[in-house]
Amino acid sequence: MIATTNMQKPFSLKKQPGFGIIAILCFVMLYAPIATLVIYSFNAGRYISIWEGFSLQWYVSAWHNEAVQDAAVRSLVLALQASIYSTILATMAALGTTRTRPFPGLTAIYVMINQPLMVPEIVTAVALLTLFAMIKAATGIQGMIYLVSAHTAFCIPFAYLPIRARLEGMNLMLETAAADLYATPWKTFWRITLPLLWPGIIAGAMLAFVISLDDVVITEFVKSSGQETLPTYMLGQLRRVVSPEINAISTVLVGLSISVVGLFFVVDKKFGK
Amino acid sequence: MAKKPEIAQEASEKSLEAAIYAERVTKVFGVGKDKVLALDDVSVAIQKNEFFTLLGPSGCGKTTLLRLIAGFDHPTAGVIMLHGRDISHLPPYRRSINTVFQSYALFPHMTVAQNISFGLEMLGKPKSHVKATVSEMLALVKMEELRNRYTDQISGGQQQRVALARALAPKPEVLLLDEPLAALDYKLRKEMQIELKRLQHETGITFIFVTHDQEEALTMSDRIAVMDAGRILQVGTPRQIYNHPLERFVADFIGSTNFLSADVLSAAGRNARLKLSSGKEVRVELPEDMVPNGSVTAVIRPEYSLLIAESGGEGDLQGVLENIVYFGTDTLYHIRLPDETMFVSRRQNQLEDTEAFRVGQPVSIAFKPNSVQVLRD
Amino acid sequence: MENTAAVSNLVEDAQRERTRKSWLLSTPALLVLAFAASGPLLIVLVYSFLSSGEYGGVVWKFSTDAWFNVVFHRDIFDGTMALADAHLIILWRSIKLSFFTTATTLIIGFPTAYFIATRPRKTRNIWLLLITIPFWTNLLIRTFAILEVIRNEGLINIGLQRFGVIDGPIQMLYTDFAIMVGMTYVYLPLMVLPLYASMERLDFNLVEAAYDLYASRNKVLHRVIIPLVKPGIIAGSILVFIPSLGAFVTPRVLGGGKKMMLGNLIELQFGAGRNWPLGAALSITLLGIVMIALLIYVRTTQSNSGSRL
Repeated sequence: MIATTNMQKPFSLKKQPGFGIIAILCFVMLYAPIATLVIYSFNAGRYISIWEGFSLQWYVSAWHNEAVQDAAVRSLVLALQASIYSTILATMAALGTTRTRPFPGLTAIYVMINQPLMVPEIVTAVALLTLFAMIKAATGIQGMIYLVSAHTAFCIPFAYLPIRARLEGMNLMLETAAADLYATPWKTFWRITLPLLWPGIIAGAMLAFVISLDDVVITEFVKSSGQETLPTYMLGQLRRVVSPEINAISTVLVGLSISVVGLFFVVDKKFGK
Repeated sequence: MAKKPEIAQEASEKSLEAAIYAERVTKVFGVGKDKVLALDDVSVAIQKNEFFTLLGPSGCGKTTLLRLIAGFDHPTAGVIMLHGRDISHLPPYRRSINTVFQSYALFPHMTVAQNISFGLEMLGKPKSHVKATVSEMLALVKMEELRNRYTDQISGGQQQRVALARALAPKPEVLLLDEPLAALDYKLRKEMQIELKRLQHETGITFIFVTHDQEEALTMSDRIAVMDAGRILQVGTPRQIYNHPLERFVADFIGSTNFLSADVLSAAGRNARLKLSSGKEVRVELPEDMVPNGSVTAVIRPEYSLLIAESGGEGDLQGVLENIVYFGTDTLYHIRLPDETMFVSRRQNQLEDTEAFRVGQPVSIAFKPNSVQVLRD
Repeated sequence: MENTAAVSNLVEDAQRERTRKSWLLSTPALLVLAFAASGPLLIVLVYSFLSSGEYGGVVWKFSTDAWFNVVFHRDIFDGTMALADAHLIILWRSIKLSFFTTATTLIIGFPTAYFIATRPRKTRNIWLLLITIPFWTNLLIRTFAILEVIRNEGLINIGLQRFGVIDGPIQMLYTDFAIMVGMTYVYLPLMVLPLYASMERLDFNLVEAAYDLYASRNKVLHRVIIPLVKPGIIAGSILVFIPSLGAFVTPRVLGGGKKMMLGNLIELQFGAGRNWPLGAALSITLLGIVMIALLIYVRTTQSNSGSRL
C-alpha cells in the first residue's frame, strides 16, 4: 500500500478568500469605461451600439473645431502659467517651512497652504466668483488674470507636497559640508540645495500642470463668457447632443494624463534616493 | 567638585601660537528643564602639525567641540582661537578649517573630481590651480582612476578617501575628522589609520581627530584629550595617558586596569609612601598639584604585575587565583584579593611556557617598579 | 562669564533671523492663497448675511433671510412658515449618497488595496501605477465615461439587450443610483491609496501569530487585519466622504437637472436662482459639515494613536 502524499498548495499567509477576484474585477471596472470611451473615439459611426469600423474622423473634426481649438489653447496656456507660478511660490514656501525649528505661525502657514485641499471645490468656486465679481465691478479689469490667479492658488498645495517631501529627505549634512568648504549661504543654495531639489520641483510642476488642466468646477465659475477651457467646453457639450468628438478629446486628455503620471513615476524612481 | 581644567601649555604666549586654542568653552542646548550642558568650561590648546585626538564615549561632547571649532555652531560662552585669531562666531565658510564628516557627506550630484574641487571653486581659485590641485589630491589618496565617477558608484572605503581629499584640497590650517573610520570594516580601518598618519606627516596640517575607540586613539595620536560628560579630563601623549592616568574615568576608559585603595603614610613633595589595603607599602610619585590626605585610589595595569607562586611576604599583594584565561598572545590571571575585589594580572606568553599555576592556588602579586599610579580623586 | 549674556543673545538673534527668513519665503505663496483661496471665504460668509439683488449679485443690506431660507420656506402668499422641503431633500440626498459612496468604495477598495499590498515587491509598483492613473484622469472624463456605460444607449443596456437578457433598456441614468455609481467610480482611488498605505505597513508576523493561535481566515481578517489598518480606513473614508458631499460635476452629468446635490443647489443660486446670499449660506453650511467631518477624523486618529500599544 503506497501512501499517497496529499498534494495541497502550501498555506498562504496573506491570502484572503475572494479578495483577489474583487481586486481584479475592480481594476477591470476602473478601466472598462475609459477603455470604452477610447475605443469608440475611433468608431467611424456615431453610436456605441454600432461599430462601423476604425476611423480618425472625430479627431480630425475636433482638431478643426474652432471652439475646441480655442479651448485647448486656453487650457494649455492657463495650465502652463499656473504650474510655473505655483511651483515657484511653492518652492519658496517649502524652503521657508521645511527643516526649521517650529516657530509661532508655522501651523497657520501649513493650514493656509493646504487649505485648497480641504475646502470643497464648489465652495472655493463660489467664493472666487463673489470676490472677482466685486473686483470687476470696482476696477473693470477683465481678462485671464482671474483664472490664472485662481488656478495658481489651488495648484500651490499640489506643487508644495512633492517639493517638501524631497527637501525633507535631503541630507542636511550636505549643506553643512558645503559651508565647511567655503560656500556662502547663497552659493550653497545655488550649487547644492537647488540641484538636489530639482526632481521634486519638476514633479511638483507636473502635478500642478495636470491639476490645472483637469479643473472643471472652479474654472466654470470663475470664467467669463468666452473663456472656455477644454473641461468647461466639454461640460457645456454634455448638455446637448453628445458628439463622439468628446470621446476624441477625452482620449487625448487621458493620453496626456497617463504620460505625465508615467513620467512622474519614472522621475520619482530615478531620483527617489 | 570643581576640577581645574587640564591645559597642556601654561604660558599664554604658547596658547597664542597654538593652532587651535579653546578657552573656557561652554555649550548649552535647549532651555529650561530641557537644558543640556554639552560642554562645561572646556579649555585646550592644540599645537601646529599635531595629530590630536578627542577621545571619549558617545555623549561626552567631543563632536560638539569639533562642531564649534568647525563653525557649525557657536559656543554659549568662551573663546575659540585659530592661530591667535578669535574665530568663535565666524561662519564656517570664513574659517580656514575643513571637516571630514562621519557620513562623508559627499555631493551625490557631482563626480569625485568635482567634489574635490568644490572648496577651491568656492574660494575663487583660478582654474589651472584647481585642476592641478585636484590631480594632486587624487594622487595623494590614490583615487586617480575614479575621478569621473559619481560618488554613489564607489565603495565606502573609496568614499572615505574622496571625503579626505575634498577636505585637504583647500589646504586648510586645521583638518577636523569626525569618527571618519567608524563605518569601515576592521581591515580597512587598520589600513586607513596608517594612511591618515602618513597624510598628516606629509601635509603638515594639524589634524583633530574624534573617536570613541581608545585603541585607535592610542595608535594614531601625538596627543589625546580624554573627555567625559562635557569636560576634558586629561590631555597627554598616548604613553602619558596610558601609564599615568589621573582620573578614575581615564584609567578605566583606556585599556583595563586594577583599582586599589590605599592610605597615605607620608608625603614629601611629590614622593609618597602608600599602604595598600593588603598591608604592603609602595612608593609612588603623586600627580602634580595633588594634596594627599588620608586614603587615595591607586591603579596598576595588569601587565605591570607579576605572579609569584608562593604566598607569603614576597609580593605586594596576596590572593587566591580564581581563573586563568589563555588567549594565544597573553594569559590573564584573575586573583581574588582578601577584600573580595578582583585583581587581573597579564603575562605575555613565551613559546616554552607551561602553565605554572593552578586555579585555587594562593599566589603573590609583585608590582613592577614605578608602575603604581595614584588618581587625583 | 560676561561673555554668556552677549553670546546667548547672538544665538537667539540667529534663530530670529531664520524665522524671519522663513516668513519672507512663505509670504508670496500666502499672499496668493489669501487672495484667491482663503480670503474669498470670508467674503462668502459676509454675503450670506446680505440681501439678494434683483438680477443676481447682492445688495449691501443686512439680512438673515438667506440663512432662514436654507432650512425654512415662507409661503409668499399666506406667509406661513414651513420646512424648505426641496432644500432638505437635497441635503439629505447629499449626505445619504456620500455615505453610500463611502461604504461602497470601502467594500470594493479594501480587497483591492489588500491585493496590491500583498503583491511581490517588483510588481507592486505596476499595480500602484494602475490605480493611480484613473485618479489623474479628468473628473469630467471619468464621469462622462460612466455616462456612456449606464445610459439607455450605453454599454450595459446595449450589451444586455444584445444577449437577450432584457427586452428594453433599464433606466439607470438620472437616478440617485447613477450618481452613486459615478461617485464611487470617481473616488475609488482616493479610498484605495490610504488603505494601501496602511496595509503596506502591516506586520504580517502578527497575522502569522494569529494563525498559529488557531484563528480562521475570517477571524484573522476581522480581529487582526481590520483593526490594524483602521487609520487607513478612516483616512480613506474621509477622503471620499468630503469630496462626495461637495460633488458638483458628477450629479450634474449623471443626475440631470432633477437629482440635485448640495453642489448643484449652490450653483443654482448663482445662476438661474439669482439668490447669491442663499448660495453663500448654503456654501458655508457645506463648509461647516466638512469641518465637522474633519474634526471627527482628527479626534479619532488622535484617540487611536493614544490607545495603540
